[in-house]
Amino acid sequence: MIHAFIKKGSFQDSVSLMLISRKLSDSPNVEEISVMMGTPANKSLLEVTGFWHPQFSSATPNDICVAIKTDSANDSITEQIGAALDAALKAIAQGQQGGKHLLKARSWRMARQKLPQANMVLISIAGEYAAGLADQALEDGCNVMMFSDNVSVEQEVALKTKARSKGLIVMGPDCGTANIAGAPMAFANIAPKGNIGIIGASGTGIQELTSQVTLAGQGISHAIGLGGRDLSAEVGGISAISALRMLAADPHSQVLAFVSKPPAEAVRQRIIEEMKSLGKPIVALFLGAKAPFKQDGNITFAATLDEAARLAAMLAHVQQMAAQQPAVCGSKISGLYAGGTLAAECAMLLADRLGVEADSTHQQGSMLNAEGHRIIDMGDDFYTQGKPHPMIDPSTRNQEIARLAQQPEVGVLLLDVVIGYGAQEDPARSLADTVKRVRANRGAAHPLAVIATVTGTEQDPQQRSKQIATLAEAGISVMNSLPEAVALASQLITPPPVGITDPIPPLLAGLSVINAGLRSFADDLQTNEIPVVHYQWAPVAGGNQRLANILKNLK
Amino acid sequence: MYASIEQANAAVIARIREARPHWQTVDLAKNLIPQLAQGRKLLHAGPPVAWQEMSGPVRGACIGACLFEQWASSEQQALALLENGEIEFIPCHNVSAVGPMGGITSANMPLVVIKNLVHGNYAYCNMNEGIGKVMRFGAYGPDVQARLCWMRDSLAPVLKDVLATFVDGIDLTAIMAQAITMGDEFHQRNIAASALLMRQLAPEISLLERDKIELVKVMQFLSITDQFFLNLAMAYCKAAMDAGAEIKQGTIVTVMTRNGKNFGIKISGMGDKWFTAPVNTPEGLFFSGFNQADANPDIGDSAITETFGIGGAAMVAAPGVTRFVGAAGGMSAATDISEEMAEIYLERNMMLQIPTWDFQGACLGLDARRVVETGITPLINTGIAHREAGIGQIGAGTVRAPLGCFEKAIEALAEKLGISA
Repeated sequence: MIHAFIKKGSFQDSVSLMLISRKLSDSPNVEEISVMMGTPANKSLLEVTGFWHPQFSSATPNDICVAIKTDSANDSITEQIGAALDAALKAIAQGQQGGKHLLKARSWRMARQKLPQANMVLISIAGEYAAGLADQALEDGCNVMMFSDNVSVEQEVALKTKARSKGLIVMGPDCGTANIAGAPMAFANIAPKGNIGIIGASGTGIQELTSQVTLAGQGISHAIGLGGRDLSAEVGGISAISALRMLAADPHSQVLAFVSKPPAEAVRQRIIEEMKSLGKPIVALFLGAKAPFKQDGNITFAATLDEAARLAAMLAHVQQMAAQQPAVCGSKISGLYAGGTLAAECAMLLADRLGVEADSTHQQGSMLNAEGHRIIDMGDDFYTQGKPHPMIDPSTRNQEIARLAQQPEVGVLLLDVVIGYGAQEDPARSLADTVKRVRANRGAAHPLAVIATVTGTEQDPQQRSKQIATLAEAGISVMNSLPEAVALASQLITPPPVGITDPIPPLLAGLSVINAGLRSFADDLQTNEIPVVHYQWAPVAGGNQRLANILKNLK
Repeated sequence: MYASIEQANAAVIARIREARPHWQTVDLAKNLIPQLAQGRKLLHAGPPVAWQEMSGPVRGACIGACLFEQWASSEQQALALLENGEIEFIPCHNVSAVGPMGGITSANMPLVVIKNLVHGNYAYCNMNEGIGKVMRFGAYGPDVQARLCWMRDSLAPVLKDVLATFVDGIDLTAIMAQAITMGDEFHQRNIAASALLMRQLAPEISLLERDKIELVKVMQFLSITDQFFLNLAMAYCKAAMDAGAEIKQGTIVTVMTRNGKNFGIKISGMGDKWFTAPVNTPEGLFFSGFNQADANPDIGDSAITETFGIGGAAMVAAPGVTRFVGAAGGMSAATDISEEMAEIYLERNMMLQIPTWDFQGACLGLDARRVVETGITPLINTGIAHREAGIGQIGAGTVRAPLGCFEKAIEALAEKLGISA
């Protein structure tokens, strides 16, 4: 049978109450206990789950409803559980003491007053009230992250449309994760600062991307959540487009990573069109959707989260290396490779990027020769007649490099350094010297960007790290892999994108958050030194609609 | 007529702010309140209440008053009068007065006379009897009677003489502005204000042409009665709130009070109409030998201090009483209380700046709308009486005003203004 009691006028968030329900359910002589605020939705849930008690009909959304399922007919169980509930609530209150004093407010007005610069409202209150609060936030010029779910699609469209018209963004409903300007919102990971901006419909997608990007040695600028329904036909990706534009205008987000489940086709096209207009390199993952191409302009399509993360990390590294290079004057790429297979892969990758054909005849070691770009296999028979292989004797390749002094149209030189048994004692040294000479001969007016990869291990006699250090010292960009090297080379000859002249979105400069709902979210923000006020939300007039309407008119 | 509730409320608050209540004199109730001049009438705290509904300590105080007025010579006689309906009851608030706890006030009890010099209105309150077995907590034994007689025959005349030496009386605002920086919130704690008051009175008392022993007794009484200022603070607040109530529009709460059965409020827009809801029982710390089960439901007009914005709302000002805020109380709990209260008051009173609140002013302008909107009910610092007559004070703590009376007031005002839900 069900025993029940109501604790009047004591608002608690639902997660705290769920934890308390679980704890109290372990009490002796009890089958199960349900502890909920008396909102209309919760009341019907109590009914459906077999916890209903007639007492609850008088409960308001400000009252805690406690239903005890037990075999015992003894009424004293309510007293016993009542005492346990009080103890649990007290424990929460005490847990909230100590440490830096968290700013708290019980009304929207007071929350605004305590944090006038607030620009974000994090909402984790019951879904039936979430839209109303989000609307209030937008009305007052705040962006919104709705952790809450059970918000109707009509409400979502209305809120997002309103946000767009005010230059704001609504993340969610059902948006679990965001991390903007170092402010962890709801479920968020601590990632190093970096230049990858993440946009994700799903919470765990953003979390996995963030964590894989970190594993790959890169960091993130911002992570913007959208909620699971943003890319549906009904919502049309309103927030996705806002997020893309925000990050496009953000100088710290040099690479964008976008993850979602497959969107409605029309929405997908709209999103891709938007992505193309941004100019920045973007890794897009529409989970489960087969991409017709791997690359479409500035968009690279990934098939899995880890692939998306690796691609984003690679592009991030390319951006970092590109930033260290002077602007190239010649727009042609020349690749002089000691390794044949390396030359072949380089040619293939570059042909893909530039949209040209690789050279299939391989005349005189030419692996690619198109529009002035050339990739040569210096180990081809043409170059090794009567001469040792360039892995043993660098002189032929060095002569080729020296000739670049007379080819100012070549702005980027791609090289490989192959070490190990059998190879030269110190190939990096002779390359570094040659590069220095050719740069001197070209003069300051004709800079030459040199990009190298190193094939070999730390245990090899030449020692990988030493070789890299020698190259780096000579101003040669050492990349981790050929795809990276090729991506950097093509990046350097591509003129910087134009058109992104939007001002930096103020939101990305720093968050000040009003947190409505789960207290722990506010604590996390405070720990990260983000200005936050915890709005202990409760329905107006305890959910009494009649009084709420009167108050609205009593001005 | 004001065009909006906002404007009306602003006008109410402006008058509360402008009010300058001064303590002018002391006189017998019958000389101040015409209703008490004739017949057997008693003032009581809270909204109207009949003898049959009165709680133990209030009944005890009624018996005490009957004995004091010599309408009866024994407890039994007094009870018979009261049971037979031969005593008429009037709420203090209806006659410009306030009374602590039971608030029982009779014709020959001396009252402090507070005049609001700005608006010209008066407010009255009896004088604090000290602690222990006292009438306001329902005790009525011979020692209580003896003290009441001394207050009438000796304390009141001395104070009257002393106050006559002050032009316009004593400026209570000036004392309160200092005392709040010294840790008083003027409900649970008045020791600083009482001492500051004594500092003004003592030299003048010593100069009176009266029996030296009598003067020493008065000085001794004032020097040990920590809550002496409470009754002045209550009349101060009553004078200020009555000045505000004259606007007769808006949603500012002008009275909050309790009679042991009901909690009653008035709001500026509904004139003298009472709105009531069942009163809560205070929780707090008890003198040894007593516990929560002994506690009487909340009584007294002293919640006029919270109506004005001090007392519980100014808890943060009084580190000395923060322990009354529940067992885990401390400075941060006190801050939380005042921060919470700030949600339901419209403005701040910069005459009462609170150092422990970063010199923010005390709350001002309790808005019934905000109470209903947020469900935050005023927290009242209060003494706790034993539920049986004759025992007196058993502890002190806090109690919440019930939400229901604020909801009723808002509903009534909406109806009056023709606002539909």
